[in-house]
Amino acid sequence: MTMRQLLLAAAALAPLAAAAQTPDPSFGNANRFLHRDGAALYAATCAGCHMPDGRGAVGAGAYPALAGNPRLDPAGYLVTVIARGRHGMPGFAGTMDDAQIAAVATFVRTNFGNNHPDPVTPEEVRSVR
Amino acid sequence: MTEDARTQPRTRRDLLALIGTVAGSTAMYQAMTSLGHAQESDYRGPIRLNGDPRGATVLVLGAGLAGLTAALELKNAGYRVRILEYDTRAGGRCWTIRGGDRIEELGGAVQQCTFDQGQYFNPGPWRIPFHHHAVMDYCRRLGVQLEPWIQVNHAALMHSTRAFGGRPVQYRQVQADYHGAVSELLAKATRAGALDADLTREDREILLESLRGFGALDSNFRYTRSAAASVRRGWDRRPGGGVDAAPVPSTPVSASDVLTSRLWGNLVFSASLDFQTTMFEPVGGMDMIARAFVREVGEDLITYGARVTQIRQDANGVEVAFEDRRAGGAVRTERAAWCVNTIPLSILAQMDVQCGAPMANAIAAVPYAASIKVGLQMKRRFWETDHHIYGGISYTDLPNRMISYPSTGYLSPGKGVLLAAYAFGPFAFEYTALSPEERMRRTVEWASVLHPEIRTELDGGVSVGWHRVPGALGCNGMWTDATRREHYANLCAIDGRMVLAGEHCSYIPAWQEGSILSALDAVTRLHQRVMAG
Repeated sequence: MTMRQLLLAAAALAPLAAAAQTPDPSFGNANRFLHRDGAALYAATCAGCHMPDGRGAVGAGAYPALAGNPRLDPAGYLVTVIARGRHGMPGFAGTMDDAQIAAVATFVRTNFGNNHPDPVTPEEVRSVR
Repeated sequence: MTEDARTQPRTRRDLLALIGTVAGSTAMYQAMTSLGHAQESDYRGPIRLNGDPRGATVLVLGAGLAGLTAALELKNAGYRVRILEYDTRAGGRCWTIRGGDRIEELGGAVQQCTFDQGQYFNPGPWRIPFHHHAVMDYCRRLGVQLEPWIQVNHAALMHSTRAFGGRPVQYRQVQADYHGAVSELLAKATRAGALDADLTREDREILLESLRGFGALDSNFRYTRSAAASVRRGWDRRPGGGVDAAPVPSTPVSASDVLTSRLWGNLVFSASLDFQTTMFEPVGGMDMIARAFVREVGEDLITYGARVTQIRQDANGVEVAFEDRRAGGAVRTERAAWCVNTIPLSILAQMDVQCGAPMANAIAAVPYAASIKVGLQMKRRFWETDHHIYGGISYTDLPNRMISYPSTGYLSPGKGVLLAAYAFGPFAFEYTALSPEERMRRTVEWASVLHPEIRTELDGGVSVGWHRVPGALGCNGMWTDATRREHYANLCAIDGRMVLAGEHCSYIPAWQEGSILSALDAVTRLHQRVMAG
């Protein structure tokens, strides 16, 4: 087995291992988010700032609302921001894989009253990494 | 990365690289060391701003430690200073939560802290390295009383869901068994001739002698059930007094078990300069530092509840527009000849700021880290009475990552506040995204794996996820080597009549020392500019 194959095998096993050994399976591990589902990824990450209802929040600065946000279509901007971050927002390229970023982007584009039904693909994510 | 660790090292350089790889594989180690780079502070004593600024005005934005430092030094140098602060208190991330405090986070969730009188929780900075000379010197000059803060406690616990059947073990056991196993293996390799090419015969003898001491090895260079090992890892029965008091040695775990446990990863924290002995904390809470600054600066210089929305500059000065939160958001402006701006970049990046492109690009280039802390008040100090743990940290691979015991109030009969969760990275994102109630519920669940008493002794708690703090929008600025190369100098350079300061303008990110040093540097340069006319 090459190093790369070993790493891939380890990565594939990681979610199962974590689910079996972490008391609460809704958390990933210290380095990666493990959910595959867009709604679950949103709840675990984006909701911290953009809030569970996608309406954002305002303090000394603001977290933009995702509900009704005109910048969600086409998907390129959204995907780039999730992967690379923007201003104070950290990027998720190091903690989510292409399929996860695609899933959460698709979720954002099809919830909170947003209606952009074309799914974001992992290939679109790969192109902006 | 772990696969690298299993390949066979061939040279001494390989061995050193291997050690680095193994140490680096511990996620928490990476997370914590990435906060600082174990940099020793370059503080050289109080700054001297010589020359008369003739009452020049300075507007300081932000009353955290950077803003307060700037304000104090400029005021003492003869400037007329005013401070705008978004929050209703000074200190910024230098913050202590006590009973009666109301914490409203972004999204609207409100926590009411119900801690007893005298109990507190530092959701931001909580410990001061002795070599953070600027923080230490201001504490000395401002009369902030410090007490030792305990980083390493050999009676504290290490826990991994994947080692020792999920049973927590004591720090001292992991340390002794790890040192013992490594020493035994290295002694074996040395005696088998593996280092003959690297060391002289005499050096090999010295190495073996040192390994015997370092690892508590026996006369045959074996790490075994012995008094020498038990003195470090603990006894099955401790030595006592009187009849039948002879000690009973304990049995070390195997080299394989201690290595595969990966708990040795927790031993490296205290090796880093940032966490070496002696560390300190202010008596009564970290915000004692902020309070002392405010006392010296003068409360009357600070306008609280000021939400800055716009910064304009012209040839004569700066004009800052802000919403007065204590007057229904009425828009006001403040003018000054100069501006020291300590607003976190997470907020500043969204603001209408008139500055050159280099500074604007730098402001936009720094993402802010996630971090979460949860403090739980306990009805009694069971860690002291039942487990003889006085201060220090227990580690876990569960999402709460650690439990820290108060380094104050030892032996007191009353309550105590545990830091029951302190996480970075993905865990911190996931924690922050939960409601305060759900954070509490899960923290109790995870922390009670190490200390089941937490379930029954729980008496209220608070959590702070830094991305939800309205005046911060994150824990600290995260730099990379690439972003530093491209933007750091531009961020720190004076732009027109404005200079930035804060931990984000330092090489000691997320530490108060970075904030203070950046402020001292900023006002020194600003003063030179003013004096130059």
